[in-house]
Amino acid sequence: MADTSSQPSRSRDLDKLLLRPGNLVGATFEPGPELRDALQEDFVKVLVVGAGGLGCELLKDLALSGFRNLEVIDMDRIEVTNLNRQFLFRLEDVGKPKAEVAAKRVKERISGVNIVPHFCRIEDKDISFYSDFSIIALGLDSIEARSYINGVACSFLEYDSNDNPIEETIKPMVDGGTEGFKGHARVILPGVTPCFECTIWLFPPQVKFPLCTLAETPRTAAHCIEYAHLIKWNEVHGGVAFDPDDPKHMKWVYDEAVKRAELFGIPGVTYSLTQGVVKNIIPAIASTNAIISSACALETLKIVTGCSKTLSNYLTYNGAEGLHTKVTEFERDKDCLVCGPGVLIELDTSVTLKKFMDILEEHPKLQLSRASVTHRGKNLYMQAPPILEEMTRSNLSLPLLDLMDKVPKDVLHVNGTTVKKDEKVTCLRKLRVVFKGVDGVADMDTAGGA
Amino acid sequence: MAEPKVKYDRQLRIWGQQGQDALEKSSICLLNCGPTGSETFKNLVLGGVGSITIVDGSKVEAGDLGNNFMVDESSIGQSKAKCVCSFLQELNDAVKAKFIEEYPEALIETNPSFFSQFTLVVATQLVEDAMIRLDRICREANVMLIFARSYGLTGFVRISLKEHTVIESKPEHFLDDLRLNNPWPELRRFAEGFDLNVQDPVVHKHIPYVVILVKMADEWAKSHGGRFPSTREEKKEFKELLKAGMFAQDEDNYREAIDASFKVFAPKGISSDLEQIINDCAAEVGNNSSDFWVMVAALKEFIANEGAGEAPLEGSIPDMTSSTEQYVNLQNIYQSKAEADFLVMEQLVRSTLKKIGKDPNSIPKGTIKSFCKNARKLKVCRYRPLVDEFNSPNIPELQKYLADEDYSTAGGIYILLRAVDRFAANYNTFPGQFDSAMDEDIPRLKSTATGLLGDLGCNGATLAEDLIHEMCRFGAAELHAIAALVGGIASQEVIKLITRQFVPMSGTFIFNGIDHKSQLLTL
Repeated sequence: MADTSSQPSRSRDLDKLLLRPGNLVGATFEPGPELRDALQEDFVKVLVVGAGGLGCELLKDLALSGFRNLEVIDMDRIEVTNLNRQFLFRLEDVGKPKAEVAAKRVKERISGVNIVPHFCRIEDKDISFYSDFSIIALGLDSIEARSYINGVACSFLEYDSNDNPIEETIKPMVDGGTEGFKGHARVILPGVTPCFECTIWLFPPQVKFPLCTLAETPRTAAHCIEYAHLIKWNEVHGGVAFDPDDPKHMKWVYDEAVKRAELFGIPGVTYSLTQGVVKNIIPAIASTNAIISSACALETLKIVTGCSKTLSNYLTYNGAEGLHTKVTEFERDKDCLVCGPGVLIELDTSVTLKKFMDILEEHPKLQLSRASVTHRGKNLYMQAPPILEEMTRSNLSLPLLDLMDKVPKDVLHVNGTTVKKDEKVTCLRKLRVVFKGVDGVADMDTAGGA
Repeated sequence: MAEPKVKYDRQLRIWGQQGQDALEKSSICLLNCGPTGSETFKNLVLGGVGSITIVDGSKVEAGDLGNNFMVDESSIGQSKAKCVCSFLQELNDAVKAKFIEEYPEALIETNPSFFSQFTLVVATQLVEDAMIRLDRICREANVMLIFARSYGLTGFVRISLKEHTVIESKPEHFLDDLRLNNPWPELRRFAEGFDLNVQDPVVHKHIPYVVILVKMADEWAKSHGGRFPSTREEKKEFKELLKAGMFAQDEDNYREAIDASFKVFAPKGISSDLEQIINDCAAEVGNNSSDFWVMVAALKEFIANEGAGEAPLEGSIPDMTSSTEQYVNLQNIYQSKAEADFLVMEQLVRSTLKKIGKDPNSIPKGTIKSFCKNARKLKVCRYRPLVDEFNSPNIPELQKYLADEDYSTAGGIYILLRAVDRFAANYNTFPGQFDSAMDEDIPRLKSTATGLLGDLGCNGATLAEDLIHEMCRFGAAELHAIAALVGGIASQEVIKLITRQFVPMSGTFIFNGIDHKSQLLTL
């Protein structure tokens, strides 16, 4: 295996951090060559989600932080506009899958590192795929994708009878994001620090122009562009879906926007702005991606080895006006339906959906009435709208276990009304349902359950 | 070669073609190409700087493969500068890349004029003594300089140059220049053309909020002896008046007026920041003055005379609920006034140039126009010579940092990063560089740091034992993730300096990778 610290080796610098005891370190830190070597073992695997501006940096940073087993998932192909920051790609790579080229380039330069690329959508992978990793590093640019991975990571989380998260089930995540000179890096330990959903309000909703403004009182270049994109396109091409990646489509929208701008005397429509508005392009530069990714990689190393304190738990960076960094310790949403424990409910296998709903109503903690029940996105019973109610009504008399595809323990989401301070309020609750006497749950800790 | 407009699209949206042109014209030099330097330059080569020169005298060793992506196994034994240079060239063929196999310390010592050919120098991993010498050289030659250092889980970035002036500071949040409480005759006349009690509800809900506020502010001033709402009660009352003017709850223009009412309460005239700039002694221009200060001198005259206390009007307005026609009319009113202000300013600039014996046409029209548009947002950054900061830092500030809960770790890192250089000068090795000396290095570093604090006149200040221990543990390691972070920050600052857009950092940025509570220290 790797040689000791006395000889100059590849890990010359990293060894100082991993082999020497320290005072400002994590509780689990056990310095020594074993720790350094453990990073190279099969059981320490890191998944990088996204092989774009952040993903390229993350792969390099992790590979040079002692990690040997990396995987990367990305559904995109390389474009010319990536080349100003995605440093693993060259002009001749345009059109190739990002994940594959990124993995290849890093492997070429760093001997001994193993990177498995996955050229597909994150939703294409089984949940079990994600459970394999010690930690998941997110280099994404969409809220939806973050939300999805967050949901997956949190789905592994289990709580003990005292509603404390069970350490072995915590799937840590580090998440980064950038826009221009600004960015954020955060550490998510589901059940311990806020998950993505707990602080979803950090992402403000995207501004959309009212349609009547676009149709009747356009004032800005963006209004003219969105008119051409959202209204005129459908009028003229009814049926043909607009494809933002088709240059002919983009040119058409641009030309229409120019005509409209001329008609109303509005300046400022350019092809570049048209692309920006239609594709919602977020400006991106190499330096900010480097800053945010390296912060994420550093935290990954700390979480895995305990070699220093960890970021607690949200770092913001703003380099536009001077330089401002800030660490904010956000708090978990105790009622978060994604990372919270949910209420444990023990049931007989014969319990029907109707009976289950009665139990919820009488449950002292829940007092849930008018319940709508979903299981893994499937509607078991819906109170409204009437058409859905009618469609799901027949389920009421069926055994819940059957409706849950015979899964003996799983999470149900229930929407309904409950009583809070003598007032009825709507709520969404996560419930952990366990069926008694079914194979595979005998060993489960159900003490203190409902 | 890819079409540059497409390749650079995502950054052109930030600094525009003008910023890109400045980058492409620049010639930058890197001292030491360990990971900190290599990562800094990776970001700059990707962005398309004109040319780079890498100076490093060392050969690639096995240990370099563990922290630097720009070298690989085939590089061992070769010039590090050469290997890094060839990898960087691969990233962007539009950049002219060259290297010099020499130790930066030797160049600083023997060939100081070498540095004057560059737009900017990035000096990484230099010790204090070399930093001070280089700072003196670059200041004299008017070459911009940035220091970056990674040290274990810590590091710093420091800009050093006499003065950096910015016209396009592009602040994110800045009060629109609408003059709601100080309308010029054309704007007042335009507002008078509207009737806030117009019967037609469609017309009513399309009156631009600028018009609503100009009229309401005017009305208020008439009944309050010419004053505008200033107390909390008055401001509340003013908003109530706006609310009372609504015909229906769905009138977006009135809602916008209420939300924007603070723009009526904003003080007239220029900000204290701008006041400071026009009163700066550099605004007393002479033959050696830069274009920026010539324009500031003209601006000062403008504010005192034609501007009647105000800077030239910016000329743009935010989007607001309105009919297209009235919005375009309103836009034209603001633009005409901005154009008129510009013409006055242009005359003032030309006559100022003449007064100081320069060609009156030496400043292009476009520059003056941009200056006018950004007059309220001008920035002047000045940086102390390194030798001054090192020998006589601002002691009250330093003491405050060392005692402050949020700053003490960063303050401690600042002192310790200096102490390790002093340590190295005394013992020929950095503290903790060798495992065998760890036990004796910790007390030695502590006494070195205490000695440094004493020399600075900071007696009585203490550093956390844990932090001293950590610095020894780091043993001058250059970790890749830290280098990428510190280098990332350095490259961002380079871009701001070269494009002359946005605002570079002030003071010394102390990076704290232990818990990320980094700080800017102004000493």
